[in-house]
Amino acid sequence: MDEGYLARLGTLLEQYDVPAAFWVNIQLTFWAGLLALALGTVLAVMRISPVASLRALGAGYVTVLRNTPLTIILVFCTLGLWGQLGVTLSSDFTSNFFRLAVLGLAVYHAAFVCEALRSGVNTVPVGQAEAARALGLRFSQSARLVILPQAFRGAVAPLGNVLIALIKNSTVAAVASVAETSGLMRQMIEFRPDVVLGIFLVFALGYVVVVVPVGLATTALSRRLAVAR
Amino acid sequence: MASPPPGPPPPDTTVGGTVPSAPTTADDVPRPAAAPASRSPVGAPLVVLRGVQKHFGALHVLKDVDLSIGRGEVVVLVGPSGSGKSTLCRTINRLETIDEGTITIDGAPLPEEGRALARLRADVGMVFQSFNLFAHRTVLENVTLGPTKAKGVKPAAAKARAQELLARVGVADQAGKLPGQLSGGQQQRVAIARALAMDPKVMLFDEPTSALDPEMINEVLDVMTALAADGMTMLVVTHEMGFARRAAHRVVFMDRGQVVEQAEPEQFFAAPRSDRARDFLSKILTH
Repeated sequence: MDEGYLARLGTLLEQYDVPAAFWVNIQLTFWAGLLALALGTVLAVMRISPVASLRALGAGYVTVLRNTPLTIILVFCTLGLWGQLGVTLSSDFTSNFFRLAVLGLAVYHAAFVCEALRSGVNTVPVGQAEAARALGLRFSQSARLVILPQAFRGAVAPLGNVLIALIKNSTVAAVASVAETSGLMRQMIEFRPDVVLGIFLVFALGYVVVVVPVGLATTALSRRLAVAR
Repeated sequence: MASPPPGPPPPDTTVGGTVPSAPTTADDVPRPAAAPASRSPVGAPLVVLRGVQKHFGALHVLKDVDLSIGRGEVVVLVGPSGSGKSTLCRTINRLETIDEGTITIDGAPLPEEGRALARLRADVGMVFQSFNLFAHRTVLENVTLGPTKAKGVKPAAAKARAQELLARVGVADQAGKLPGQLSGGQQQRVAIARALAMDPKVMLFDEPTSALDPEMINEVLDVMTALAADGMTMLVVTHEMGFARRAAHRVVFMDRGQVVEQAEPEQFFAAPRSDRARDFLSKILTH
C-alpha cells in the first residue's frame, strides 16, 4: 500500500457522501422494521389463534415469504407492482421506489418476525393462557394482555437477530433503484477501481459500527426484560 | 369445634349425584342436613354433570361420570393419580372438552368456544396447581385484570376490591410485587384472590397445594377453609385429607375415570364401602 493510497481514498470519500447512504439504509431499516413488527405480530397471533383457517393463512404466508429470495421480492415490488401493475406509493419518483423497497423488506421480514415471536410464545407456560381463559378473557384479550407481552420479552434476542438481518438486507434495496450503500459502493468502485479494497473496508466497517450496538443492546434488553418465574 | 346449629336446616335434599355405573353408591348419599353445623347450608344443584365421557386418544379418562354440586356445597374429589379427577375438574369450565354427556352450571349448558364461554368462565373461579399468576404483572394487577377486562369494572373499584381480597388472604403487603418475588404459598393465595375478584358462583381447585412446600400448605388450606365456611360452592381436587374432613360436605372418590364412591367425610374415612376406596385410603393414611 503506497503512500498515495490513503490520499486517493480520502479524496474519493470527499466526493461521495457515504454517511448519507448509510442514513438511507437506516431509514429503510426503520420503516421496514416497524411495518414488519406490526405485520409479524398479526401473523403470530393468527398462527396461535383457535381459528384453523387463520392458522393456515398465517402458516402459508410464512412458508411462501420466508422461502422466497429477498432480491426476487424487491424486484417484484418494483418491476411487478410498479412497472406492471402501476402501483405507486408516492408521486415523487425517488420516494416511490423507497417506499416500494420498504414494502418488500417489510413483507419478507414479517415472516421472520412472526417466527421469532412464535418462539417467544413458546417460552410462555401454557398455564398462563389457561389462567387467562379461566378468568373469562376472550382469545384477543388473552393474547394482548397476557401472552404477547410475555412472548415479546422472551423473543427480544431472536427479534434482535431479525433486526440485524434486516439492516444488512436493506442493501438489497439497490435492486429497487434506491440510492443506498451497496449502490454507492458499486459506483465508487467503478469510478476508482484502484482503491477497491479501501472502499470495501470503509463500508464493512460502517456496517460493523451500525450493527454491533444493535446486538449488544438486544442482548442487554433480553436480560433486563426476562420474566422472572 | 361443634357449635349449636344456627338457623333453619338446609331445605334441599337433591345434593348427592346418582352414579348408575357404580352400584356400590346407589342414591344413598348423605343428606346435607346430616352435615355438621359448622358447615354452611347446601342449596339446589348448581353444577350438574350427566353421563360425561372423555378420551385422551385410546385412554378412556372419564367413564360416564355423573356429579352434582349444590349451591354452597364443598365437594372434595380424591383418588389415585391418573384417576381423572383433575380432568373432571377442568371440564367444568371447559379447559378440557368432553366427548359425550352434558355439563350445566346454574341450569345453563356449557357453551361452545367463544364469547358465551368466556362469560361463563368469568363466573367459575379456578385455582391451579402451579398458581399460573401472570408473571409480567404485579400482584395487584393480577387481581384487577379479570374484573376490569372481562366484566368492565371501573379500575378504581376493581383496585379497592382487590386490596380488600388481598388483605383477606393475608398478602396485602405484597400488592406491588411481581409473582416471582413471592413464596409459593403467597402466590397461591393471590391466585385465590384473583379468582374471587370475579365473584364466581363456584370455585374449582385443581390440586392447589400439591406444588407447595409443606410449611406453606396450611396457609393456603386455611384460606380455603374460611372460604368454605363463608358458603362458597367449591370443588376441590386434593390429597389433603385433613381439609376434606374439616371443610367438605361430601367426599367423592374417583378411580380409573369413574366415580366409585361418594359419602360424607366422616363416613368415607371411617368406613369406606368400596374395596378400591379402602385400598386407596390404606395407602395414604398409614403414615
